[in-house]
Amino acid sequence: MVVAIALVLVGIGTLLFHFMSPWWWTPIASNWGYIDDTILITFWVTGVVFVVIMLFMAYCAVRYRYQEGRRAEYRPENNKLELWLTGLTTVGVVVMLTPGLFVWDQFVTVPKGAAEFEVLGQQWQWSYRFPGKDGVLGTSDVRNISDENPFGLNPKDPNGQDDVLIEDSEVHLPLDKPVKVLLRSIDVLHDFYVPQFRAKMDMVPGQVTYFWFTPTRTGTFDVLCFELCGVGHYQMRGTVVVEKESAFQAWLEEQPTFAQSLAEAATGTGDALKLVLNEGEADSPERGSAR
Amino acid sequence: MAISTPAEVPAEVEIVPAAEVPEVELYHAKSWVTKYVFSQDAKVIAIQYSFTAIAIGLVALVLSWLMRLQLGFPDSFSFIEPGDYYQFITMHGMIMVIYLLTALFLGGFGNYLIPLMVGARDMVFPYVNMVSYWVYLLAVLVLVASWFVPGGPTGAGWTLYPPQAILSGTPGAEWGIVLMLVSLALFIVGFTMGGLNYVVTVLQARTRGMSLMRMPLTVWGIFVATILALLAFPALFVGAVMMTLDRLLGTSFFMPAIVALGEHLEYGGGSPLLFQHLFWFFGHPEVYIVALPAFGIVSDLLSVHARRHIFGYRMMVWAIVAIGGLSFVVWAHHMYVSGMNPWFGFFFATTTLIIAVPTAIKVYNWTLTLWKANIQFTVPMLFAIAFIVTFLNGGITGLFLGNVVVDVPLSDTMFVVAHFHMVMGVAPILVIFGAIYHWYPLITGRMFNEALGQFHFWVTFVGAYTIFLPLHYLGFLGVPRRYFEMGETSFIPESAQTLNEFVTVVALIVGFAQLVFFFNMAWSAFKGKKAERNPWKACSLEWQTPEMPPGHGNFGETLPLVYRWPYEFGAPDVEEDFVPQNVPPDQVITKKGPEGLPGGAAVQPAE
Repeated sequence: MVVAIALVLVGIGTLLFHFMSPWWWTPIASNWGYIDDTILITFWVTGVVFVVIMLFMAYCAVRYRYQEGRRAEYRPENNKLELWLTGLTTVGVVVMLTPGLFVWDQFVTVPKGAAEFEVLGQQWQWSYRFPGKDGVLGTSDVRNISDENPFGLNPKDPNGQDDVLIEDSEVHLPLDKPVKVLLRSIDVLHDFYVPQFRAKMDMVPGQVTYFWFTPTRTGTFDVLCFELCGVGHYQMRGTVVVEKESAFQAWLEEQPTFAQSLAEAATGTGDALKLVLNEGEADSPERGSAR
Repeated sequence: MAISTPAEVPAEVEIVPAAEVPEVELYHAKSWVTKYVFSQDAKVIAIQYSFTAIAIGLVALVLSWLMRLQLGFPDSFSFIEPGDYYQFITMHGMIMVIYLLTALFLGGFGNYLIPLMVGARDMVFPYVNMVSYWVYLLAVLVLVASWFVPGGPTGAGWTLYPPQAILSGTPGAEWGIVLMLVSLALFIVGFTMGGLNYVVTVLQARTRGMSLMRMPLTVWGIFVATILALLAFPALFVGAVMMTLDRLLGTSFFMPAIVALGEHLEYGGGSPLLFQHLFWFFGHPEVYIVALPAFGIVSDLLSVHARRHIFGYRMMVWAIVAIGGLSFVVWAHHMYVSGMNPWFGFFFATTTLIIAVPTAIKVYNWTLTLWKANIQFTVPMLFAIAFIVTFLNGGITGLFLGNVVVDVPLSDTMFVVAHFHMVMGVAPILVIFGAIYHWYPLITGRMFNEALGQFHFWVTFVGAYTIFLPLHYLGFLGVPRRYFEMGETSFIPESAQTLNEFVTVVALIVGFAQLVFFFNMAWSAFKGKKAERNPWKACSLEWQTPEMPPGHGNFGETLPLVYRWPYEFGAPDVEEDFVPQNVPPDQVITKKGPEGLPGGAAVQPAE
């Protein structure tokens, strides 16, 4: 009896907790409402199964608790029942998987005309790059990285000259414009995630990864690193400000381009030229494991 | 040894083939050291494996408390630095998954139960079996040693993802990671020796009449899990060797060109994703390496204590085999947001959700075993039922994470932490407790204290469920895992911290309640009531040995002959409500007389 009560309490308690707990997803601020919908479908399908099985066990625990002299039913198999259960489970799986795969198809298909921008991750900070007036991001290579060229852009690539560099953890994005986020890391794995956007992807050194989304609500949102990246992982934070197109453009205007930052470095230290000459050469390499 | 053959074989019964492998003379220990220390007896090796695994598991338990203290009261424990915290999570995870769960289920329960349950005198390669344990112990010692080297153990997370694992921004990147990788390699070497034993013993050393489809599900679970492990661990081995080379010799298997903390490194051309594929090609089957033995054992516990045969035995066997096979084609569901080609998502989401079908069948059949049963709520039974609850819950959240697009917001949040703890932490550990209580009389010859067992059960089950259920919801909120502290955010309410405090308090209580378990086990071993023979009235062979605890060689002069499946409970017309596997049909006492054979497939042996 105690067991039956416990099973009912756990079953009902889980349901109550689900509906009454104050912790639920943060209000969405992107186009990925379909992801939330898929989660809700999954909740309904699995929730029904959970409650039915819990109550069934509770019933058995009361009805078939031990009695001296009682015999259990001897019926090793019931093919019909097992086939039915297999069939119903398969239907449940299809109900959950089908919408999931449709939404995934959208997730991996970047809409034509999506604006691109790059997020650069390194231990333990974010920086960002926009393509500039030509709309094309210049090529980059980790080997180009230096104090004057923290993004590792190829100084000879004309596409890169007007790239807008944001060496700050705060980035602005225009409202209601689909963006393709290109993700690059120069050291270890990171993951650029804003909980309100629902979409994330790891950044992997040596390759460029991506995801896309459309911001649908103005506001200031926290960026958190979502892939363990060393001892400072929990401090790797940033901010995304979603604002009207005009405000975004005004903000973007104020940021320096790659050419400007190189020129600034040249006047400041006089060796931007040296940087261009040394392009592709890694100076004073040091083993990563040396502490 | 000669095998007695009944003179007459009734025409309607199946013929039992002659033993394919003749009995070999056992190794007989000549001294105390060879009997109890460097023992070749699988039962002693099982105890050695279990004690070592539980001892290192206690370290993992203490580490979990330290983590919870930091998460619950981030400003109160100044001795926990961020680096320490990352070392705690790494070592906790690795110990629990590999050195506790894998070692205890396969090395512990596998060694003890396989020979006894299939009717063998020992494992087929007893010497190799002994070496297996000592290599395992060495692996554990190397792991422990990493606390005593400069920089301490690795803090790379139990997944050990490069490049981070071997770069200076991670704790233990100098010595700790090397010892971790060496320890893993040793573990795999040791496991392979044991694993080959388990598989060959099941295939070659079953007693006569013990067809594969008459093996207890415990043996099926451990058998298939061992095959998975033999196929999956090599991938981890290769990954560990390659990462060791990257770290020590400066190769670049997993290392692209990198600028770390302002320094250009000499690496170039390697792929961090390659390691993730190797790791999860091992890592996903690993989930089932832990789960399948638990599935098997819990089936036996449910059947024995519900006094009813397992429902749908054949389906249960095929489900174990199907899950084992499918577990090798789902690994990249751990990598949906890793940056691998996103088109993989379609394939791996589909295979992952397909695996839900055989898994669900197992859950249905466990609950259907309770239907029209005669359930005794013994301590092992309570743990078995609690397993179903937690496994059901954890399996369901697996359907969220397996469905690729749902995984996108949830990956690397506390939802994942809650899911895998429920499904491969709490659920298998509940089975381990149930199994220890169940076979305790067999191993020690004494009964445990029932009241203490009940207390231990209720605190552990209710506590563990209370800990992990709410953590899922922090994950929905967007609380990441592996965060030393949340600090200020704009989206996490104050109440989340209150919840963290609550969870920490419950975790401490549940942890301390385990002392009751250890006290019960230790005290009862000496002072417990003497157990009667076959106290649970089970049908499987381990309870039918001439001595209890079973002696050297397990069975007496002759090996038992098996006439039926191990779940002959409540057979109609039979006087008792159970018929052991080795009782000849003509000795089964029926209500009507000797003619009324029970409904199970009755079998007679023949030469």
